[in-house]
Amino acid sequence: MTQAEIRGEAPGADYTFAYLDEQTKRMIRRALLKALAVPGYQVPFASREMPMPYGWGTGGVQVSAAVLTPEDTLKVIDQGADDTTNAVSIRKFFQKTAGIAVTEHTGEATVIQTRHRIPEAPLTEGQILVYQVPIPEPLRFLEPRETETRRMHALEEYGLMHVKLYEDIARHGEIATAYAYPVKIEGRYVMDPSPIPKFDNPKLRMAAIQLFGAGREQRIYALPPYTEVVSLDFEDHPFVPGKAEGACALCGSETSYLDEVIVDDRGGRMFVCSDTDYCAGRRAAGYRGEMAAEEGGA
Amino acid sequence: MDVQALSGGFADTPREAAQAFRAALTAMARPGRIEDVAGARPPAPLSVAAGTLLLVLADPATPVHLAGPLDRPEIRDWLRFHTGAPLSDRAGAVFAVGRWADLLPLDAYSLGTPDYPDRSATLIVEMDALDATGARLTGPGIETSHGLSLPEISAFRANRARFPLGLDFFFTAGVRLAALPRSTHVEAV
Repeated sequence: MTQAEIRGEAPGADYTFAYLDEQTKRMIRRALLKALAVPGYQVPFASREMPMPYGWGTGGVQVSAAVLTPEDTLKVIDQGADDTTNAVSIRKFFQKTAGIAVTEHTGEATVIQTRHRIPEAPLTEGQILVYQVPIPEPLRFLEPRETETRRMHALEEYGLMHVKLYEDIARHGEIATAYAYPVKIEGRYVMDPSPIPKFDNPKLRMAAIQLFGAGREQRIYALPPYTEVVSLDFEDHPFVPGKAEGACALCGSETSYLDEVIVDDRGGRMFVCSDTDYCAGRRAAGYRGEMAAEEGGA
Repeated sequence: MDVQALSGGFADTPREAAQAFRAALTAMARPGRIEDVAGARPPAPLSVAAGTLLLVLADPATPVHLAGPLDRPEIRDWLRFHTGAPLSDRAGAVFAVGRWADLLPLDAYSLGTPDYPDRSATLIVEMDALDATGARLTGPGIETSHGLSLPEISAFRANRARFPLGLDFFFTAGVRLAALPRSTHVEAV
């Protein structure tokens, strides 16, 4: 029996609102304000141990805990899906520790925590999108030393990133980077948009506030609404936001980002929307893909 | 210490601080947008908005500079009791609060370093009133342009010219606040 149950209070009443202590929240909040003031710059913060392992969104969870208010409605997605383990456990974590409302509908959420996708439905002014970031430093795989990458950002020395994209073209005939595609913010900082597919890059200029949290790497960065975000490219090899050719087998959408699903051991496959709420919304509105009938019979 | 210093804090800190921070976050993300905050009841002449910002953001890790007439015993005691923040001169301040004329000169505050531009001061400027007219603001967080009654123009243009170094500002009047980060372009209209 928990202390809260002994006192006859609601489950979760043992926790301070949104789990983190106030001192930690103040430290994260100060970092968030500086991150918004210098868009794309990675602000160091004293990341805490969370009751989940690194790699499960501890950075995003800490940012969400610092911005959530009791009136918020939270949505959590993992690769676009509301119903995967990571999304469900984080949603339950905040239900328990903050007692807030949750939703799976993009339009109803005021705070959306995401792993590796931007929802298909355009976000609006009242919303905040919180990204879980594994490796915040876009230059890390080109230069492993933090002291050096920090100096490169200070000097705006991003030639190495263009060399990397050029080598892509030399080897593959095109820029082969398909996710975590580097972007330049307001003509100044090169930023890792987290491992979203490059299909989502054009959506990075949006009406909502975007906050990025990397727990293990102890970095927070941000994009205010309508910030200029340019995907790096070359004049003769312009940026192309790619996606799988085809339409969603369930809702028939030809414009959403698609996941490939292997359906048998004879090479059979189907494409479905990665954004489960978008797909369900289209099906509820009567749209049908080519395999939608089988879904009902299965 | 006067017993008055013990009152005027948040009644339910986690929730009230969260609501007030959301207003501050929205203001910083949307420069020029005016938000309402509540929670703190600081000693006069500190405004509710400035007092609330200090309760939300200041703690023993953030030296605070009280500019001009705000540097008085009631406010010093109130700030120390509720936040634990050490008092500081301009150069050492993470936060500075006061009226515009008392906060000047701006070059006395920390601007951050090229490696760590986040290590700059945030100034909380107490105003008589805030409204969405006056200077024209453009830049990150603003779709086209936004107006805000700033105390002057040139200081903010000089601040923008140093980007990514620079100071970030909150403007407070009564329960209202607005923000101007270093990334915002400021023009007279």
